[in-house]
Amino acid sequence: MTGEVAISTDKLTKRFGDFVAANEITFDVKKGEIFGFLGANGAGKTTAMRMLCGLSIPSSGQATVAGFDVYRQTEEIKKNIGYMSQKFSLYEDLTVWENIRFFAGIYGVPRSEIAPRAKEKLRQLGLYHQRNQLVASLPLGWKQKLSFSVAVFHQPEIVFLDEPTGGVDPVTRRQFWDLIYEASDQGITIFVTTHYMDEAEYCHRISMMVDGYIKALDTPTALKQNYGAESMDEVFFELARGAQRKGD
Amino acid sequence: MNNVSLESIAKSFDASKPPAVKDVSFEVSDGELFGLIGPDGAGKTTLFRILTTLLLADEGKAKVAGCDVVKDYKQIRKEVGYMPGKFSLYQDLSVEENLNFFATLFGTTVMENYDLIKDIYVQLEPFKTRRAGKLSGGMKQKLALCCALIHRPKVLFLDEPTTGVDAVSRWEFWEMLKRLKTEGITILVSTPYMDEASLCEKIALIQEGRIMSIDTPMAITAAFPKELFAIKAENMSQLLNSLRDNELVQSVNAFGEYHHITLVKDSGTPDAFTDRLPMAIEWKTIEPTIEDCFIHMMSA
Repeated sequence: MTGEVAISTDKLTKRFGDFVAANEITFDVKKGEIFGFLGANGAGKTTAMRMLCGLSIPSSGQATVAGFDVYRQTEEIKKNIGYMSQKFSLYEDLTVWENIRFFAGIYGVPRSEIAPRAKEKLRQLGLYHQRNQLVASLPLGWKQKLSFSVAVFHQPEIVFLDEPTGGVDPVTRRQFWDLIYEASDQGITIFVTTHYMDEAEYCHRISMMVDGYIKALDTPTALKQNYGAESMDEVFFELARGAQRKGD
Repeated sequence: MNNVSLESIAKSFDASKPPAVKDVSFEVSDGELFGLIGPDGAGKTTLFRILTTLLLADEGKAKVAGCDVVKDYKQIRKEVGYMPGKFSLYQDLSVEENLNFFATLFGTTVMENYDLIKDIYVQLEPFKTRRAGKLSGGMKQKLALCCALIHRPKVLFLDEPTTGVDAVSRWEFWEMLKRLKTEGITILVSTPYMDEASLCEKIALIQEGRIMSIDTPMAITAAFPKELFAIKAENMSQLLNSLRDNELVQSVNAFGEYHHITLVKDSGTPDAFTDRLPMAIEWKTIEPTIEDCFIHMMSA
């Protein structure tokens, strides 16, 4: 990790009528950092993430993502980030190879670079021999690993991962984190949400959102110390138990 | 007779693919809280759909509350409650309307069985005129549970009720299940969260359509065949790689703050190789979790 900043927010706020979904959230994420974005359902995580991805214009406050402004430069943001969620799937009726070519094309990867890079990625993943198979025929764990590779294929500055390991078997879940570490070592910033508290431990730093506010932000070790907790589970309970909002 | 039994159940959807479930046999006793634990695609939903008579098995036999799932399907449908993984209530009916609708379908009234759902329904009551589609995730889940219970079923099937739900709400949901158990309802619940396994009386670990193990959570962890160590260092990803390269180490898996390892030789301890690692470590002997057991069985 270098000292460069990948994401910077200052009192970023989103209101829907009287409802303040994200309330003056302020934090920095460093380049290459694995940043865990945690919170109870309804805490405002999705709202915050949508603003950072350039999909929703904030009500007030400031933020830059990969150096681009979340009000004026949303198209530049979209080009410089990758995104994957548990629900987001590749095109099931395209092959592995076609999916990569399609998304690489969308993100403007030069045509001459797509094939050699795709070959290398698929070899690394152990999916090269399945390259002409329809994505629908792959086991879920492989789909998720492939989705991640597609999300970082255009070498974005930041990749947003929204519950990427939900429902995945415990072995694949760990292989997935190997991929995350690898991307982080290459300088890609990882912004990740999860409901698995053991995965929170793998993040360099964690923020905990409660009722639209960022209630805590620190390394896992420091959070556990500050809350006198044995595990991240306890920290989460301590913070989220007082939540007023119960929602999605 | 509120028990459930399966005998050599198999189901394929596509002849070119491995079966969705294969040779599945187990029994759930009267009033038991039974957990089906496994990742997406393991076959949990297929089994639930067979048991709730929504899908016919290719092979094998199954009984629910004394009734055969093929012959007596009409009777079973009256006696089970089913909460599918996907929210399946009427989005454009209100909370109240949904509940009344399901009560009427089963020839009963909300009043008649109100005591059963009271604890859950009071949390929904402030929103009773709201359309189900406009409820938050946690509230939808509570309404779905109420609708599955309103005819006082003998057996309750809950397919991944806690998926995508935060840790606090998950815990609250399990508290509700414990209360329902005291009513004598047999409960089958599926989950991909291994940490929920210990909340069940008995569990089946399922992977790729096959049951790997069935027992009490304690018996399953007690059967873990190796001594297990938790080990940590300042740089965990470096430690992980060092342990993977170490020939004295049999298995290594990241488990949050610690890595869990087993050694090739059971008499050894991590002291045997600490001097060979490029960093200072801390280690301790630990009891395996269900997740340790699951990973072990997957790789066996």
